[in-house]
Amino acid sequence: MPRLCFLFSLSSTMQLRSVLSKSFFTAGLLCLSLFSHVSVMAQQRLLPLDKVQSGLAFTGPEILELQADDFANPALPYLDKGAKLWSQGAGKADKSCESCHGDINSSMKGVATRYPAIDKASKKLFNLEDRIRSCRTKQQKASDWPLESDELLAVSLYVTSASNGMPVQATIDGAAKPHFENGQKIFMTRQGQMNMACTQCHDQRYGIKLYTDRLSQGQPNAYPAYRIEWQRLASLERRLRFCYNGVRAEVPAWGHGVMRDISLYLMWRAQGLNIEVPSVRK
Amino acid sequence: MTAARLQVPPRIVEGDVFKLRLLVQHPMDSGFLRNLEGVLVKRNVIRQLKCIYHDMEVFRVEPTTGTAANPLFEFYLRATTSGELYFRWVDDKGYIGELRHNLVVIPANQSPAPKS
Repeated sequence: MPRLCFLFSLSSTMQLRSVLSKSFFTAGLLCLSLFSHVSVMAQQRLLPLDKVQSGLAFTGPEILELQADDFANPALPYLDKGAKLWSQGAGKADKSCESCHGDINSSMKGVATRYPAIDKASKKLFNLEDRIRSCRTKQQKASDWPLESDELLAVSLYVTSASNGMPVQATIDGAAKPHFENGQKIFMTRQGQMNMACTQCHDQRYGIKLYTDRLSQGQPNAYPAYRIEWQRLASLERRLRFCYNGVRAEVPAWGHGVMRDISLYLMWRAQGLNIEVPSVRK
Repeated sequence: MTAARLQVPPRIVEGDVFKLRLLVQHPMDSGFLRNLEGVLVKRNVIRQLKCIYHDMEVFRVEPTTGTAANPLFEFYLRATTSGELYFRWVDDKGYIGELRHNLVVIPANQSPAPKS
């Protein structure tokens, strides 16, 4: 009897080994195919346009209800604050956003759909928050608003709200091309202690559960969004940093160009989605 | 931040039981969390919030650290006559927030029968 047992266990180990080697082989093949994919794919879509879904498709009914509620949506007070700041004079120039740009619904319509975009003066890739900060320090000659400050996010949300319901349309050629390619490369590259790439969750496994929540496609069209977990309005950059933490990768410094590059790639990837603010996310 | 928003039904008839929704913008810092720089944020929650209608306290709540930021309070009142609704809340920093709303109640005998 003990002999038989031994035989059985031996055969089972052998079986296991063969299964393992097979899976290693397939994993290797997968890796190979992934790498060849990266090199060829200039602008190939891993997430087909007809499969693109807003983050709302992956949140629960409570979040949908809260976002649709014209009164209880927690992002609304920020919108009011943004409106107030928009028309309020500031800095040495004592100008408000309104004194140059006028009414938000005419001047800022569709602006948020085009960001991140290249800033002509500095030749850097700017997201909407960068643009507002630059306007504030250079044009208004006022004190800078730090990233993630309530004021900055409120104005950013207010400007974004003028493009509500309009499709996102990022420019990825010309000076923005290297940024786009860098963003795409980072999206496809494994990193961190978990050794994972953005694409593995957000292109290949969206819809299935990660702990208690469903994985979304990582769409950027609703930012700045009120995040329940943080209990405040948050920028896309902060959300990206959260993903970096999630795969235990080294998080780039605040305001780093890498985050802008990824945002640009995400905006291109989100083609077909509309801007939806004020939004609520888990 | 001091903003608060109140929602009541547009038309209230005497004797109606109506729903009030009050959204107070408040960080409700629990005292356990760190900010983005890693510094512990001192506890600051709304300690007490009450609603006064016709010089009578009709609703009181004492939230603690378990309540999320920007709390939404929902409760029901029975309408008697028109008058002022007065909300007052105080937080750990001693800040006192106030909101006044003139409640218009249509007397029951003036109310036309609802159209079917």
